[in-house]
Amino acid sequence: MSSRPPRLREKAQVLDDVALDRALTRIAHEILEKNGGAKELAFVGLRTRGVTLAQRLAAKITAIDGTSVPVGTLDITLYRDDLDMRGAPVIRGTDIPFSIKNKTVVLVDDVLYTGRTIRAALDALIDLGRPGMIQLAILVDRGHRELPIRPDFIGKNLPTSKRESVAVRLREHDGEDRVVIEEPEEA
Amino acid sequence: MGWSRKDLLTMRELDAAEILTLVDTAASLQEIAGRDIKKVPALRGKTVVNLFYENSTRTRTSFEIAGKWLSADVINFSASGSSASKGESFIDTAKNIAAMSPDVVVVRHSSAGAAEVLARTLPCSIVNAGDGAHEHPTQALLDLLTIREHKGHFEGLNVAIVGDISHSRVARSNIHAMRKLGMTVTVAGPPTLIPPFVQELGVKVSYRLEDAIRDVDVIMMLRLQQERMTGGLIPSLREYSRYWGLTLDRLRAHARPDVLIMHPGPVNRGVELSPEVADGPYSVILDQVAKGVAVRMGVLVLLSGHKGGVPA
Repeated sequence: MSSRPPRLREKAQVLDDVALDRALTRIAHEILEKNGGAKELAFVGLRTRGVTLAQRLAAKITAIDGTSVPVGTLDITLYRDDLDMRGAPVIRGTDIPFSIKNKTVVLVDDVLYTGRTIRAALDALIDLGRPGMIQLAILVDRGHRELPIRPDFIGKNLPTSKRESVAVRLREHDGEDRVVIEEPEEA
Repeated sequence: MGWSRKDLLTMRELDAAEILTLVDTAASLQEIAGRDIKKVPALRGKTVVNLFYENSTRTRTSFEIAGKWLSADVINFSASGSSASKGESFIDTAKNIAAMSPDVVVVRHSSAGAAEVLARTLPCSIVNAGDGAHEHPTQALLDLLTIREHKGHFEGLNVAIVGDISHSRVARSNIHAMRKLGMTVTVAGPPTLIPPFVQELGVKVSYRLEDAIRDVDVIMMLRLQQERMTGGLIPSLREYSRYWGLTLDRLRAHARPDVLIMHPGPVNRGVELSPEVADGPYSVILDQVAKGVAVRMGVLVLLSGHKGGVPA
């Protein structure tokens, strides 16, 4: 198996709780603007933090527009291209309790990096039905794409170096709303 | 997290966390059965060989479906119609199959320990699909998944396993797993079909059906394995069925109204289970079969993670 990842230390804060909430509010407005409302819209979040972000976006859209948008959960483990390099996979399941057929599905994830996760998510989603359109909403785009994938809605563009990592911390999982850049400790 | 083994051979060697990892993974995979397109690419390019030296419908078919839904290539080998019938030994056949570089070999054999021998001999992952009267771990896993979906938890449940305990690999795998998960197990059957010293596995013993099924949450009826009996263990099928057959009347008179009736199949209708019970509202027998596919998908996925012996 791969060697133990190095310990990380916090290098800089990118978003605090207010800025994070503002970014989500703006994304919600952009989604409504681009799609001319929330009809035929559905959110699908990528486990784990993408789901939480999708739920928050859905709540914001309800608050703005009065429309309730369904939220599903996608586990892309079975679609990864590096399954046998990672040891035994942890599968927590996909749960999309509505038809995505002809819907405009907004995929939601916390960080966009190489694009490989989104590639897997597109395959996973299309296996479940034929959406009318798929759009991509991302809280932090940190660059370094390895595939031709581009988000439609971005909370924050954040140029990073490859040795850094971006941690999105959300109240529901980590007790706080914050985005930070981390770097290896022995650097 | 929870899984680092190359093989799945017995429930006895697993700890509670490993068992729960297997059950949780299977639970997450159940939704695939409800999709329009029942296929995910997780095991694309992997080869699964079903090496079956004993008859099987459910187990072989469900391993085959599980492998195919995961996009693996599944090859079925059965002893009849193969070089085994020309006298090739088990190990030689296995080595020849291993030379074709499968990733997983699923093996069923009438000898206890057959899967373990293969695990020591072959470099690929081995899944025990039943070895003699020893163990049948994937059956225990699908039983556990069925129980949890209906009862919501494991801890503190009471289970009666009834019938031919001596010849039952299903009973042995379930006893090991259920004890580790905090369940109380009673085995019941005629004394000739209860193995000596079975209490040492941590179970209670009952020699009366009516006592065994009182106040339990789950009744697991076992098949009377006539093919493994060397004779003289029961006076007659009729007598067995009279004392040990689970009928609706007996169930209503002695068991709890929310009891689950399970059976690993194939059912001898009218022997250990009356048809009204097998098809009745308490029965979850077909649910067990459906869960078998999810369990075998989970096992194949978790073992495939191990193939990364090559450094990442």
